[in-house]
Amino acid sequence: MTLIETNKLQKIYLLGENEVRALENVSLKINAGEFVAVMGPSGSGKSTFMNVIGCLDEPTSGQYLLDGTDVSRMERDALAQIRNKKIGFVFQGFNLLPRTSALENVEVPMLYNDTSPRQRKEMAMWALKALGLEGREHHHPSQLSGGQQQRVAIARALVNDAPLLLADEPTGNLDTKTSVEIMELFVRLNEENKITIVLVTHETDIASFSQRTIKFLDGHVISDKATKR
Amino acid sequence: MISIPSTFKISLRALRVNKMRSALTMLGIIIGVAAVITMIAVGKGTSEKLSQQISTVGSNMIIVLPGSTTAGGIRGGFGTQMTLTRADAEAIERECSAVHVVAPVLNGAAQVVFGNQNWSTSVYGTTEAMLEVRDWRLIAGRNFTEQDIRNSTKVCLLGQTVVGKLFGAMDPLQQTIRIKKVPFTVIGILESKGQSVIGQDQDDVIFIPLTTAQKRIFGTTTPGMVRTIAVKARSAEDLNKAEEQITQLLRQRHRIGPNQEDDFSVRNLTQMLDLAQQASKAMALLLAAIASISLLVGGIGIMNIMLVSVTERTREIGIRMAVGAKTWDIRLQFIIEAITLSLIGGMIGIVLGIIVTKFLSAFANLTTVISPFAVILSFGFSGLVGIFFGFYPAYKASLLNPIDALRYE
Repeated sequence: MTLIETNKLQKIYLLGENEVRALENVSLKINAGEFVAVMGPSGSGKSTFMNVIGCLDEPTSGQYLLDGTDVSRMERDALAQIRNKKIGFVFQGFNLLPRTSALENVEVPMLYNDTSPRQRKEMAMWALKALGLEGREHHHPSQLSGGQQQRVAIARALVNDAPLLLADEPTGNLDTKTSVEIMELFVRLNEENKITIVLVTHETDIASFSQRTIKFLDGHVISDKATKR
Repeated sequence: MISIPSTFKISLRALRVNKMRSALTMLGIIIGVAAVITMIAVGKGTSEKLSQQISTVGSNMIIVLPGSTTAGGIRGGFGTQMTLTRADAEAIERECSAVHVVAPVLNGAAQVVFGNQNWSTSVYGTTEAMLEVRDWRLIAGRNFTEQDIRNSTKVCLLGQTVVGKLFGAMDPLQQTIRIKKVPFTVIGILESKGQSVIGQDQDDVIFIPLTTAQKRIFGTTTPGMVRTIAVKARSAEDLNKAEEQITQLLRQRHRIGPNQEDDFSVRNLTQMLDLAQQASKAMALLLAAIASISLLVGGIGIMNIMLVSVTERTREIGIRMAVGAKTWDIRLQFIIEAITLSLIGGMIGIVLGIIVTKFLSAFANLTTVISPFAVILSFGFSGLVGIFFGFYPAYKASLLNPIDALRYE
């Protein structure tokens, strides 16, 4: 089943006088349950691609179907709802709310749908436990290690049962050992929970945990094949 | 949509993070609300005190003053010529339908002596109707009778100040005092009326029968001469009618031609005092308006801090948007934060305002009245200030682009 389908996606920015063609004619299909690595040097368009399929940015032209729905022309609040229900984000800088406990950080996405306070807490506890953070629910991000913070962020991405997890350089701020742990966690989530993962990275080692690698250069897809192990 | 209690929790946490800043921001609202409450309390107190004083003068009261002399082209002021007589007073009572009672007055300053104490006070020669005209009661003894007036008996009613000065703690009833060396028996004690609107001590007074005053104390150039005539109209609505009737009657009695000036003047005291009260109400309004400005300034302080807060928390806003916060979720969060600030400030301000008001009435000798209306008004107003000044920062926050907000350092 196709989860992500793009047709001739194009994204043009205006940077002063200059036109920057960040995405050019990108047509891709990603099936549910795939683990895809998106690679490319900086400025290749991979981040723009992530933003568009993450419903954070609108394409200039072309079509984007997420789970069969055309979301490329939706308005702000509708996109917010799609992000809430269908997409979990994991960022390089973790992006947790400071001075807020791990538990409350994980509860945040559920504030924006109709989850009851009790259910919010239960779900967040469950997600933290599943990621091995039992006993750290009330720690603030500043009291957690980088790996732990990223796992809180992953718990937050999972808590709404979103079918798609988008990870933007999730290991960029972590040491090698922790990076491997986080990547193994992604593999487990992909295999056991059947979560579709799209991962942006510029490190081949990290990309090697995926099944398929898509390479970007100057806004074009230059290669799309099974990941070499 | 995000629920209000959750948003409220988020707001409280955000305000706790910057305790000092939140406290300083609230200070503007605190001072504003406290000022509004205090100013309204002072204004209301003043106008209530005034209306109390007005009631001590006597309700629906009109006073007839003698006119001025014109000698050799030089016009004297009111009262330079004694043109009124007791007969005028009696005529007014008899013929003016809008008039309830009338008390003619012949007054002057006199030295009074009791034992080894003496005191200079105002002595009013008048009739038994005086107490009714001025809504004045006796706390002991009796009023004059018609007989006292007819027979020019030497009896008197004492005001509270005179009692204090001459008798101290002694009971003055049936004692004999001397007014300009003439002995008088004290037959009644007047209740205290306090200060008049212009600060005169209304209790520094002695009432004696009009005829006694005319014959024994002040002497008169024309028979039955009086200085003023105090009149009580039947009702507040009858005041103007009574005024007109008195003017017409006196012009006729004094034989004043159509083009001649009155040799007397009729004044409606209640109306004058109403004016004074209107002035005090305007003053109270002005005070409240000035206080509201400080509340407004407090609101601007909130807006300022909320704008800073939105900038500082751009990344938080980005995170919330990325995980599904909609436009109004973000707006509500910041509006509720501003309302929380202003309402907490408002509550502290109410407490402070009440304390300051109590302090003022205790130490600055001001009459104050804290009205629940002012408390509710200023609390509601501070909430509105929160909504109004919180909206723009919240609106700005909700317009952020999630991608830029997430990348914001």
